[in-house]
Amino acid sequence: MSEPHMAILIKGGRIIDPALKRDEVGDILIENGLIREIAPSISTPEGAAQVIDAAGKVVTPGLIDLHTHVREPGYEYKETVATATASAAAGGFTTICCMPNTNPVNDNQSVTELILEKTESEGLVRVFPIGAITKGQKGKELAEIGELVKAGCVAISDDGLPVMNSQVMRLAMSYAKIFDVPVIDHCEDLNLTNNGVIFEGNVSTRLGLRGIPACSETVMVARDLALAELTEAKVHLAHISTAGSVQLIREAKRRGIRVTAETCPHYFALTDEAVGSFNTNAKMKPPLAGERDREEILSGLKDGTIDLIATDHAPHASDEKEQAMDCAPFGIIGLETALPLSLELLEKNILTLPEVIQKFTSEPARVLGKKTGQLDIGGPADITIIDLDAEWIVDAKNIISMSKNSPFIGRAMKGRATAVIVGGKLIMNQGLRGE
Amino acid sequence: MELKRKDILNLSCMDREEIDLILQTAESFKEVSKREIKKVPALRGKTVVNLFFEPSTRTRSSFELAGKRLSADVINVSASGSSTIKGETLLDTARNIEAMSADFIIVRHASSGVPHFLARSLQSAVINAGDGANEHPSQGLLDLLTIKENKGTLEGLKVVIVGDILHGRVAHSDIHGLKKYGADIHLVAPPTLLPAAIEQWGVTVHYHLDEALKDADVIMLLRLQLERQGTGYFPTLREYSQLYGLNRRRLALAHPEALVMHPGPINRGVEVTSEVADGLSSVILQQVANGVAVRMALLFLLSGGKHV
Repeated sequence: MSEPHMAILIKGGRIIDPALKRDEVGDILIENGLIREIAPSISTPEGAAQVIDAAGKVVTPGLIDLHTHVREPGYEYKETVATATASAAAGGFTTICCMPNTNPVNDNQSVTELILEKTESEGLVRVFPIGAITKGQKGKELAEIGELVKAGCVAISDDGLPVMNSQVMRLAMSYAKIFDVPVIDHCEDLNLTNNGVIFEGNVSTRLGLRGIPACSETVMVARDLALAELTEAKVHLAHISTAGSVQLIREAKRRGIRVTAETCPHYFALTDEAVGSFNTNAKMKPPLAGERDREEILSGLKDGTIDLIATDHAPHASDEKEQAMDCAPFGIIGLETALPLSLELLEKNILTLPEVIQKFTSEPARVLGKKTGQLDIGGPADITIIDLDAEWIVDAKNIISMSKNSPFIGRAMKGRATAVIVGGKLIMNQGLRGE
Repeated sequence: MELKRKDILNLSCMDREEIDLILQTAESFKEVSKREIKKVPALRGKTVVNLFFEPSTRTRSSFELAGKRLSADVINVSASGSSTIKGETLLDTARNIEAMSADFIIVRHASSGVPHFLARSLQSAVINAGDGANEHPSQGLLDLLTIKENKGTLEGLKVVIVGDILHGRVAHSDIHGLKKYGADIHLVAPPTLLPAAIEQWGVTVHYHLDEALKDADVIMLLRLQLERQGTGYFPTLREYSQLYGLNRRRLALAHPEALVMHPGPINRGVEVTSEVADGLSSVILQQVANGVAVRMALLFLLSGGKHV
């Protein structure tokens, strides 16, 4: 790995920066951690400089994941700041936003500070903490949102759990306006979920598993849209998975409601059929839905109803996943597979390459209201280099994350990040997987 | 002919030839239970472990008797007496039992898929004795055997299944088994106790019992788990029995020689009146007797036994 302030020259890549509408072959010079110059051809500067040959590759702003479960503090046997950021780098991400459902919950300044200190000392990429909406994520009283933001939180969310009480959610949205941070909601009506474990439909009936109806998500999406209209807050809807939700969001946006939405690669790459015969690595919340839902997610990505793609990277230890479907925890890892799964959208003519990049860079940056996710001259050099043609197979033994709970193990992938630069520092070059 | 399987997990994935083989083998084992000395040496030296994570009297004793009548050593492990309450994982419990050289592990668990999970992880033969709301294949098989004995065939019969289909693993196995013989299956339940998309299984769904009973050859009543009362699926047992209880008046709507079946234990006066449960149409105790024979057949065939 290079010294942080050694100059880096990236040569001959196709530079795609959706925010600045750049798409051209050229060179990028990085000095002192900043992007110094972008030009069709830059000669190697005087003195020491690392040259990265990006010919035939795509050079983009560093990818941002708006939805990561880092698990530290409290669940270091699943993942830590060190391993989550290594997994992120392997997947091409230079920034991850970590959800607050740790132990203790990130509902106060000291937990936020701990995460930021860990990132400073052990993190390979940037970590932006997301604070809790309510104290202890109990859905009752507001957390000290002002203090969380002051300590470095970029958004608030009770992710993993919904804020079931609509009045509490209304207050949270109103209050969050003081700090202009997005309120990210995990849309789920727990009464309708009724201890369900997979999507309610053919597969749940066939396997005799308690089903989670699609409306468990859509009724909460409808509520949040009504509250977003009322409060005019920045509302972001996490991990959208059903056709009904996409239709509601599309209609709300048409009416001018300020709302953004994300989906995750598994919701457009898989359906509930992936549960097969009780595969706990296909168990997550919201659950993998039906084919009609998957198709509507694709159409939502295409028409912009769904603003961005996030991973909902949710590591769990194998002991936890190797048990009865009812007992296994919800969640799958996603940092290392999100980019290639999203690149599959190119061949299906759902998105263009700049649009895929946009959903991992400028769109999450816009939700956060941060000037990141773009290649600014003079701005911090967070850059990802992607080989679109790299063909590989997801293999548990090559996964960098501490946990291996992926339904994509064994799946053939095309495309992967080959180099990641964070703040001018070359974090990963030609893979962390030791191949 | 022999059964080429390691485990018995579901009727849904079994083909008709396999089911025929099991039923024929069970018929020949029925005779053993009628002997003065009810024992054959077929499984001498084999070990059968009943690993039950849910309470059961009927199914557990049925498997126990089946094993013993085949001369196997049988032990019972119930969740309350096992390490699971000490925090041992399911897989560890099963691996420990396997380490004691169990040839057969008979599993009952409240969660669907547990027998499948154990079958994948263990060398021992696993028999599903009921998993969550998924299946109860040996019950399905004994129901098929009972119908076949009384009706001479399984083909083309009108079978009405009444009650909690949503949580009904017996119903699931019965439906999968009967479909393979082309039975005309009618389900009767409140919509709150029907699983999503059940029509796609090729069954007819009714909310009213009377309308389903006309010309029925078999009426299969499902046990209503009384603990479901108060969970909102139906208002009271009283109303449930008024809407879905089988009584003499309703029985008269069916074919005169209709069979009344129930997997037990019966909630008398809820699913069925005592008069009907104990009446001439009832084959409920015959189901129990056939249960032992079917389970003997499963153990025998899984151990490599051939039906001659």
